[in-house]
Amino acid sequence: MLAVNFFLLAAVLFCIGVYGVIARRNAVLVLMSVELILNAVNLNLLGFSLYNAESGNVNIDGHVFALFIIAIAAAEVGVGLAMVMLVYRNRRSIALDELSEMRG
Amino acid sequence: MLAANGWFLDNAWLIPLIPAIGFAVIILFGKRLPMQGSEVGLATMAASLVIAAGTAFQWMQRVDEATGEEEAAGPIRYLAGMGRSLTVAAEGEGGFVEPVIRSWTWWESGGFEFGIGQHIDGLAVMALLLVAFISLLVQIFSLEYVRGDRRYTHFFAALTLFSAGMLVMVLAENMVQLLLGWEIMGLCSFMLIGHWWEEEDNARAALKAFLTVRVGDIGLLVGIAVLYFSANPWTQENLGVSGFSIRGLSAWALSGEASSTVLLWGSVALFIACIGKSGQFPLHTWLPDAMAGPTPVSSLLHSSTMVVAGVFLVARLYPVFWEGFSIPDVSVNFIVVIAAITIVISALLAFVQTDIKKVLAYSTVSQLGYMMLGLGAGAWLPAVFHIFTHAFFKCCLFLCAGSVSHSGSHHSFDMKRDMGGLAKKMPITAGAWIVSTLALAGVFPLSGFFSKDEIIDNVGHNGYEVFMYVALFGAFLTAGYMARATYLTFFGEPRGAAAGERHEEHADLHAPAYAMAGAHGDDAGLPDTAPTEDDPADPVLHGADATPGAAREVGDPDDAVVDTQDHHDSHASPHESGKLILVPVCILAFLALVSGFTNAVPFGEEWEDFKKYVEPIPAEVEAAPAESGTEPEPEAGAATSAGIVMARSDTRVEGSASDETQAARGESAAADEPASSEGCGFTDPAAGTVCYFPAVDHAEFKWSKAAQSLVIVAVGLVASWLICIQLYTKRNRRLVGLTERSTLAGGVYRFLWNKYYLDHLYEKVIVHGVAHPIARAAYWVNQRVIDGAVNGAGLTGKVVGRWVYRNIDQRVVDGAVNASGLVSSETGHALQPIQSGKVNQYGALLFAAAAVFAIVLVIANA
Repeated sequence: MLAVNFFLLAAVLFCIGVYGVIARRNAVLVLMSVELILNAVNLNLLGFSLYNAESGNVNIDGHVFALFIIAIAAAEVGVGLAMVMLVYRNRRSIALDELSEMRG
Repeated sequence: MLAANGWFLDNAWLIPLIPAIGFAVIILFGKRLPMQGSEVGLATMAASLVIAAGTAFQWMQRVDEATGEEEAAGPIRYLAGMGRSLTVAAEGEGGFVEPVIRSWTWWESGGFEFGIGQHIDGLAVMALLLVAFISLLVQIFSLEYVRGDRRYTHFFAALTLFSAGMLVMVLAENMVQLLLGWEIMGLCSFMLIGHWWEEEDNARAALKAFLTVRVGDIGLLVGIAVLYFSANPWTQENLGVSGFSIRGLSAWALSGEASSTVLLWGSVALFIACIGKSGQFPLHTWLPDAMAGPTPVSSLLHSSTMVVAGVFLVARLYPVFWEGFSIPDVSVNFIVVIAAITIVISALLAFVQTDIKKVLAYSTVSQLGYMMLGLGAGAWLPAVFHIFTHAFFKCCLFLCAGSVSHSGSHHSFDMKRDMGGLAKKMPITAGAWIVSTLALAGVFPLSGFFSKDEIIDNVGHNGYEVFMYVALFGAFLTAGYMARATYLTFFGEPRGAAAGERHEEHADLHAPAYAMAGAHGDDAGLPDTAPTEDDPADPVLHGADATPGAAREVGDPDDAVVDTQDHHDSHASPHESGKLILVPVCILAFLALVSGFTNAVPFGEEWEDFKKYVEPIPAEVEAAPAESGTEPEPEAGAATSAGIVMARSDTRVEGSASDETQAARGESAAADEPASSEGCGFTDPAAGTVCYFPAVDHAEFKWSKAAQSLVIVAVGLVASWLICIQLYTKRNRRLVGLTERSTLAGGVYRFLWNKYYLDHLYEKVIVHGVAHPIARAAYWVNQRVIDGAVNGAGLTGKVVGRWVYRNIDQRVVDGAVNASGLVSSETGHALQPIQSGKVNQYGALLFAAAAVFAIVLVIANA
C-alpha cells in the first residue's frame, strides 16, 4: 500500500498550502502556498495512478495530467509574480489586506 | 366546338350575359357616348335577340329530329316566331327531347355547391325570344319617349339590366340562379318605377312595389330551401345533380318518392312568391301603383318581364306544383282559387279607373290570373301560350297609351279629363290599340282568343268547372272595361288636353270650381264637369283631392321638375307620334293580330306548333347519374345529363349526343310512351327511369264551347260600348250621377274606387295596427331593456374598474413589483460585507465551501 503514503503526504501538503493562502499577508508567500496546493494535487494524481497500477490497471493518464499541471503552474507563477511586481511598484507594498479596493 | 347541339343551343348563356355587360358599359361610359348609352342598350338587346332567335331555330330543329320528322323546311320556317304554322308539322310519336343543360360551379360554401348555367328547353326558348324581342322594341320606343330626360343614361342602363335579370331567370338551370334573376328584376323595377323620384308619389310607389314583392320573396327563399333539403339526397343519388337543379326537382317531384307534405308546403311557399311577383290577390296592390314609372317601363314590366316571372316560375317547376297541389285529382286548389279571385276583382277594379295605364295594369293583373288559373288547373300549354300572346298585345297597349300621352294628351294619362276623340288625330295609334284590345278581349281570329279560350276550355275539361265559369265571367268583364277605355280614349268628344286646351289657361279661371269638386271627393262620377276642371299644374288642389288619377298627374313629366328638359313642343295640339314610337307599336299590333296562329288549336293538329316545340314530352327516361352535366369545365359541361340506355356509351365518350343517337333516342322512348291519364304525373315511373314533366291532358276543341265564350265577349263589348255612349257622350240622365243618387251604386263605386280597401287594410291595419305597435314595443325595449342593459353594463364596468384600480392594481400588482425590488435591494445590502476585497478571505470562503461540499459528498456516498 505504497500509494496511501502518497495520499497522506499530499493531504498534508494541501492543508499547509491552504493555511498559507488564508493566513499569509505576503503575496509572494500566498503564491508559494498556491504552488504547494498544486503540487499536492500532482502527488494525488500520481498516487492514484500508482493505486490503479497496483490493482493491475496500468494507466498513464495521471502522469500526463501531472506534467500539464507543472507546465501550467510555471506559467501561473510567472504571471502571478509579474502582478506582484506591478503591485509593489504602484503601492510599495505587497500586503494583501491592503489591496481591498474591490470591496463591495 | 360542340357541334352536336348546335352553337346557339350551347351558348344560349350569352343571351343574358350580353345585356348584363351592356348595363355595365352604359353605367360606366354611357354619358360619354354619342347617344348617351342608349345605343349600347339597343345593340346588346339586338345581339341577345339574334342569339335567342338562333337558339329557337336550333331548338326547333332538335325537336324535329327527336320526333323523327324529316327536315320540313329551311330557315324560312322561322320568321320572328310566326309563319311556322304554314308548314305541316306532323306530330311524331312523342320522343323525348333532351333539354340542353350546361352547368358551372358558381361558388361553394360549407359543402353546398351552387351552380350557374343554362337549361334550354321549349319553355326557356319561348321566353328568351319573347323577352329579348319585347325588350328591344321597348328600347326603341324609349328612344323617343324619354328623349331629353335628365336620367336618360340611367334609364337605359336600368332597362337593360332589367331585361338581363329576366333572361337570367328564364335561362336558370337551378333555383339559386333563378333567385338571382328574380332579385335583379326586383331591384331594377324599384329603380325604374322610381325613375322620376323627385315626386314623392313615385318614390313611394317604387318602395311599395319593392316591399310588396319582397313579402312574397320570403316564400321563394323558404320554398327553395324546403325543396333543396328534401330533394338533394334523391337527386344526388339518381341524377347526380344538386337539389337546386330545376331538372332534378322536376324528376324528384314526379318520382313518387317525394314526401307529399314537403311538396305541398314547398309549392305553397313558391306560390306565395308568385303571388307577390305576379300581382295575384292579395298582393296585387303594388302593380297599379307601379304605373308611376315611365310608360316603357310599365310596358316591359307588364308584358314579358317581372310580372310574368311568377307565372314562369310555376310553369318552370310545374311538376312540383302538379304533385304538391295534386292538380289532376282535385277540382279546387290554392292556385286556382287565388287566380279566380284575382281575375274577377282586378277586372272589376279596371272599370272605375280614370288613368288609362291603371286600366291596363288591372287588366294585366286579371290576365295573370288567367295564366295562373290555367297552370293551377293543369292547362300548362294554354297558360304558357297566354304568356306569349299576352306579351304582344299588352305591350302594344301600353306603348299606345304612352303614344297617346306623349303626343295626344299633353303627358296626361287621365282618360276622363284629357282624352277622347283621339282616333281622328292619331289613327295609327288608335288602330294598333283597337287590334290589341280585341286581342285582349279574345275576339276570334286574334291572338288572345287562341290562348284565353284554350285556358277556359281546358280548365273546364280538367274538372275545374266552377272556375271555368269564373273565367268566362272574367272574359265578359275584360271585354267591358277594354271597351270603356277605348271609348274614353279614342272616341266621343275631345276633352282637356286632347281638345288642344292649354292647361295654363284654366289655372286661375277654374280653380274655385275645381276646389269644390275636389272637396266633393268623387269627381270621377261627374264626367260632365271634368273637362273644365282640368288643372294638373296645381299640386295643392290635387293634394286636397287625393285621388290616384290626380296623384299621377302631379308626377307627370310635364311637371315643373322635368319640363325644363322637355325639348319638344308639349303644348301642341294632339298629333300622331313619331316613327320611333309607331314602328314598335305597329310591329306589336301585327303580332297581336297573328301570333295566335302559332298554336291555333281550332284548325287541327298541324297548327299546334306551340304544343310541339314548347311543351315538354312526358316520357320516362333512363336516370343517369351524369358526370358530364355537372362538370365545371365549360367544354365538357354541355352534354346531356340523362340518356337512353343504348345511347349512353356515346354520351359518355363524346360528351354530347350526336344527331343519330338523338333520333334513336326518340324512337326508343316512343316505344314505352304511356297513354294519357297514366304515366308521368299519374303513376310513379318505373325503376331506373325518371319523368321530367307530367302528362297533361288537352281538351278537344269544340266550336260550340268557343262560340259560348265568343258570345260572352261580344255581349261584353257591345254592352259596355253602349253604356259608354249613353254615359259619356249623350249624358243619359238616368246614368249620369247614378253614384250620388243610389246608395247601392254609390257604395259599390266607392268600394271599387278604394280598391276593396285593401290598401287601407295594409296601411291602417297591418302597418298601423301591427307594425306600429311592434315598432313602439321595439323602441320601448330598445330604450329600457337594451339601453338599460348597455348602460348597466357600462356602469358596472366603471365601478369594477375603479375597485380593481384601487385594490388590485395599486396594492397587489404594484405591491408585488415594489416588494421584489425591495427584497433584492435588502439582500444585496446584507451580502455586501462578504465582498471585503481581501483575497485571503475569498480563498478561505472558497476552501470552506469546498470542504463543506466534500463533507456532504462523503456523507452522501457513505
